Amino acid sequence: MNDNVLVRVKDLKMHFPIRAGIFGRTVGAVKAVDGVSFDIMKGETLGLVGESGCGKTTTGRAVLRLYEPTSGEVSFRGVELGSQGAEGVRRTRRHMQMIFQDPYASLNPQMRVGEIIARPLRVHGLVKNRREEKELVADIMQKVGLNVSFRDRFPHEFSGGQRQRIGIARALATSPDFIVCDEPISALDVSIQAQIINLLEQLREDLGLTYLFIAHDLSMVRYLSTRVGVMYLGKMMELSGSDELYENPLHPYTKALLSAIPIPDPPLERQRQRTLLAGDPPSPANPPSGCRFSTRCPIAVDHCRKVEPEFREAIEGHWVACHLV
Amino acid sequence: MIDGSSPSSVAEYGRDEPAPRSASRLLEVRDLETKFYTADGIVNALNGISYSVDKGECLAIVGESGSGKTVGVLSILKLIQSPPGRIVGGEILFKGTDLLKLDDRALRKVRGEAISVIFQDPMTSLNPVMRVGAQITENIHAHENLTHRQARAKAADLLGMVGIPTPSRRLDDYPHQFSGGMRQRVMIAMALSCSPQLIIADEPTTALDVTIQAQIVELIKKLQEELGTAVIWISHDLGVVARLADTVAVMYAGHIVEKAPVDELYARPAHPYTIGLLNSLPRLDARVRTKLQTIGGLPPNLLGVLKGCPFVPRCRFATDICREQNPPITEAAPGHAIACWHNQLMS
Repeated sequence: MNDNVLVRVKDLKMHFPIRAGIFGRTVGAVKAVDGVSFDIMKGETLGLVGESGCGKTTTGRAVLRLYEPTSGEVSFRGVELGSQGAEGVRRTRRHMQMIFQDPYASLNPQMRVGEIIARPLRVHGLVKNRREEKELVADIMQKVGLNVSFRDRFPHEFSGGQRQRIGIARALATSPDFIVCDEPISALDVSIQAQIINLLEQLREDLGLTYLFIAHDLSMVRYLSTRVGVMYLGKMMELSGSDELYENPLHPYTKALLSAIPIPDPPLERQRQRTLLAGDPPSPANPPSGCRFSTRCPIAVDHCRKVEPEFREAIEGHWVACHLV
Repeated sequence: MIDGSSPSSVAEYGRDEPAPRSASRLLEVRDLETKFYTADGIVNALNGISYSVDKGECLAIVGESGSGKTVGVLSILKLIQSPPGRIVGGEILFKGTDLLKLDDRALRKVRGEAISVIFQDPMTSLNPVMRVGAQITENIHAHENLTHRQARAKAADLLGMVGIPTPSRRLDDYPHQFSGGMRQRVMIAMALSCSPQLIIADEPTTALDVTIQAQIVELIKKLQEELGTAVIWISHDLGVVARLADTVAVMYAGHIVEKAPVDELYARPAHPYTIGLLNSLPRLDARVRTKLQTIGGLPPNLLGVLKGCPFVPRCRFATDICREQNPPITEAAPGHAIACWHNQLMS
């Protein structure tokens, strides 16, 4: 395995059973993630984009083994997580943390900020005594731009942006190498989003972090990411270097997605041609046969509806799953 | 809106004498003030805002949560929950009639018939236990004298017009049988049902995915052009606004701080807050990765009276006068009004 690969995801599948009847019989499965493979290199930010229900959040969670995957492998620094057992995974998680989407729901309202940040330190036995813990917490709070004198306050006393800083501080407490950022700015106001993004960038540079950045804001993902993967209905549709993806999108879904994003430039907006997709994404419990995008694809042919396209490297470093590319 | 015939300052607008009104003027809001009387004190949600909408125009009102953009338009139809909310001052002239002076009965005729609203979240604004056909015809029956059969036929036409396939069959479906984007189309059909002259769209695409957002934006743009309906579009997304709006008003802490035609606003933003907002956005079409410019600090708490300009704590141009007096909104260039003591400096 390449030395530079920090996280390797191979054919990851995450199916959630649909139960019905009084005996809870399994009658089907929501195929939230259905065979996704990618590598995350040391020090890079891999962006993961797609619409709601495409499986990007589930992928992020399964990578950290917050879900037990249905099948497939996730390796961290060359070691497969599934082979480690529960205790092994718990110990590895010290090095892989998560920042959650909703800064209101992801902080325990009954815990003080200092305790929230100290919790991972205690769980992983990283501090010897209270004094050391206090120093470390103060240090982390400073790093994320929180006033240290607020350590005894409760989450409800903070604004959304400040709360997201608390979430970031908690993720940083164990000095991880890898952080999954699951839509960390989508609950925040526009003027606050840039503050959090700049903080994440600063921390990545200073601490040598690697991010899996999950978002639906494609402009923000382009800004942050080294490479970007596009998901649709549980499958990876396209994956390439960030600028390459935005300047030379190959998959018809990526093209449509990019053309749907309005650019804050009125004269340019008036000239832009839009590829409007008809209809809504199908249900992941009952995905279409063949290519999953075929039901909404503007260029689909019969073959697309029958045979699922292979995810292949069309141009060096530029992967795509489409028969017609 | 400021045009050639208006006085140079909105602050001068109609205390006693009405401002000159062009024939195409549909709605004119003057010095509108709304407060919420809560247990914690008085929340000054809207501090005297003035704007106008012409026939067929799309005015976008941009601002962050708590800036008063939603309260501002819901006040037009007196849809503010009272108590605790109360409209304490101003005039809302719709084709010359002050809506604030109308009784409930007369106001009900305006709501839904002359002015209608599309709300942000289509799931909570549709009745979950009522078939969508019944929800649309309810509005038609309230305003027009049609038979049940005629109203149903009209409802089906409306659903077809907003792009719902096999509309006559879908009339008997419940809201949960529609996807998010389709539900928003139902809301738009309801809003259009009595051919209003003005539609207020309160962040209608915020709850939707980008490809569905693009569908809804194009739909409203098309309907606006075909039917000549005026639209007030409330949003925090400066991209969507660039696509849709003719005129943009930027709100901050219950004030309109800048207002200009859309091209002018994006090309020459003049208020420090607008400049900050535009600079804090990364662009989809930009390769360069310079650090995003941020607006430091937080929006102010609107509880109690603020002294001076509300943007002072976050403004890098602030001086003594800004801390003392709130700047009136004045016209800095033709059609371009801003509320800032230092606008000349910036231009």
